[in-house]
Amino acid sequence: MRFRAKMIDIGCFNHFTRVVNTISKLTKTCTLRLTTDKLYFILSDKVANGGVSMWCELSQGNFFDEFQLEGVSTEHNEIYMDLAAENLFRALKTAHNAKSLKIKLTNKHCPCITLAVELPSLSRVSRVVTHDIPVGVIPKKLWNDFKEPSVPDFDVSIYLPPLKTMKNVVERMKNLSNFLVLEANLNGEMNLKIETDLVSVTTHFKDLGNPSWGDNGSQDSTQDRDPETMMDVKVDIRKLLQFLACQQVNPSKVICNIVNKRIVHFILLHEDVSLQYFIPAHA
Amino acid sequence: MRCVVATSNVKVLGKAVHSLSRIGDELYFEPLSSGLALRCVNSSRSAYGCFLFTPLFFQHYDSGAPPGGLEDSGFRCKMGMKSVQTVFKSLSSLDKTVEKCEIDLNPGGNRLVFQLHCKYGITKTHNLSFQESESLQPVFQKDGYANVLRAQPRLLADTVVHFPPSLEEVNVTVSGERVQFRNHLEDEQDASKMMLTEMSLDADEFESFQVREETGITFCLKELRGLLSFAESSGLPLSMYFDQPGRPVVFGLDDPVLEVNFVLATLSDEETTTHRERNRSRPPQADTSHDDFLSDDMDSYMIAMETSAVGGAEAQPCSTGSDHRREREPVSAACSSGSKQQRGRESGSEEEEEEEEEELPGTPPQKRFRSLFFGSVLSPYSQGANQTLRNQEVLAEASDSDPEEQEEETAKK
Repeated sequence: MRFRAKMIDIGCFNHFTRVVNTISKLTKTCTLRLTTDKLYFILSDKVANGGVSMWCELSQGNFFDEFQLEGVSTEHNEIYMDLAAENLFRALKTAHNAKSLKIKLTNKHCPCITLAVELPSLSRVSRVVTHDIPVGVIPKKLWNDFKEPSVPDFDVSIYLPPLKTMKNVVERMKNLSNFLVLEANLNGEMNLKIETDLVSVTTHFKDLGNPSWGDNGSQDSTQDRDPETMMDVKVDIRKLLQFLACQQVNPSKVICNIVNKRIVHFILLHEDVSLQYFIPAHA
Repeated sequence: MRCVVATSNVKVLGKAVHSLSRIGDELYFEPLSSGLALRCVNSSRSAYGCFLFTPLFFQHYDSGAPPGGLEDSGFRCKMGMKSVQTVFKSLSSLDKTVEKCEIDLNPGGNRLVFQLHCKYGITKTHNLSFQESESLQPVFQKDGYANVLRAQPRLLADTVVHFPPSLEEVNVTVSGERVQFRNHLEDEQDASKMMLTEMSLDADEFESFQVREETGITFCLKELRGLLSFAESSGLPLSMYFDQPGRPVVFGLDDPVLEVNFVLATLSDEETTTHRERNRSRPPQADTSHDDFLSDDMDSYMIAMETSAVGGAEAQPCSTGSDHRREREPVSAACSSGSKQQRGRESGSEEEEEEEEEELPGTPPQKRFRSLFFGSVLSPYSQGANQTLRNQEVLAEASDSDPEEQEEETAKK
């Protein structure tokens, strides 16, 4: 197994750093999957995460100038590894004015992702900073755990209001309750509700817009239903807040799909990066 | 005793206080005829900082010492660091609003008065209580060091930024043309879980790069950051004096009106070598399923290989035992010579014991560092990992058994 890649554009560093920052805010450890054309940051829905799962996909061509990969075997030309996103972010954070960034899979005291950042210096020789981030290589027999999640058979699909606004609301609600009900309908309306013994609070959003999914099978069932009907899901408020707080730069659009009483699925599209986040309903 | 500091120097004084606050909780205030010394030492005695402001720094300076009298008959005290920091809080507004700062002893002689004369006729008066104290004098000689590096503080600040703020200890290794900074792992930490960062700088980036001994030292970064922030704002070149592991590293700033010295303890030889061997890459034939990229043209990787070759040369394991004994003696000698300045040994050690009892026995992060002063030395491998400050008192009592422990260690090697 071999992996080497090189990045030289400052815009690419910053963008990649932002993506990794977002991932590091969503989860402590995640799985990095490398293929010849894409990078994936995956969190599978284990009980340990509270059933939350994440799938983030980037095209390596948009970031790297050189990219060489030799996977576990020729027919499975991929590498899967566990890593702490925060370490990767820390290493990238200080590379903002770098001349070049090289990433490779190495085996020092243990398998590592090694980042070598070449920085401008006062002398003719550049400064080099090396970061060795320990990773755990995942054997092929476990790869099935990290399959791409399919878009669920949702009941409602709606665009979220500006994340910052939503985050502020949910942050205040977090002090009152541990669970929040997210409901939306096909008329572009969404409500965030919390209810405790003492108080119930609801925030209403209107005119949000509903994305059309073309001829997705689930659209048929929704055509018959009254567009005013609210579909809802009750989720752990901290998980929702974690998602709302992870974004640094406002993404182009965030789509929210709700499967009534089962799961909420967020799709975040920003430039050429797509991030999907699933929060299951609280039992 | 009376000092008056004018306008922009008030901010410098404030910055010095904040810089020392990164080291410890008490500020030692000593007006000497050569200038005002502000000093601080940390609870495990492994870090010391001193700012000496010469009389030129002040608009008016009177140390209060009788002319021609002994230096140690003047006023000296220590105060809570937090109280002094309060006087100089909000540094950014200091140079905009404060016109003058006056420091004197109040008529009753029981309070040190800091009076800030500000714009618009506002006067802020702080009456700080203090404790009479002995002079805090570490023993170090900047001339005796084999390696001296001097650079603009910006260089070191740029290096340190790559390491996480929580990093305790950093290892610095020099060879003829390069210097490397690496994060240092404690014994207890698992090397396969920790991220390792290494930065290498070329000799050309330094104003002066004098390396007579290729060596590596490990010291605590936390206390240094305080000095770096001060140094950056002052724009003065920062000098670093060091040689063998175990011998303290000195960082200095020099200016006609101000002399700053920070002395930090370093880890002893054996521990530095053990960690370096563990952290460096294994030779390729030891690999099983993963490729090692020794053939790659990664600059720092090659440097890493060079360094581990250097590391082997400087290990000198057979002489470590005797080094320890040797290194202990100068420190205890320093204690006795230092104590002459402290008006007699008894009062000196009483003072020290009092201070140690006052400190709460939390586990200082530098628990394995050698204590620089007053002869209390924590021998790193004769004691287990969970030593607390309390054990420093135990060590004082058990000093008779130490030579035996030393012999055991020599026998082990």
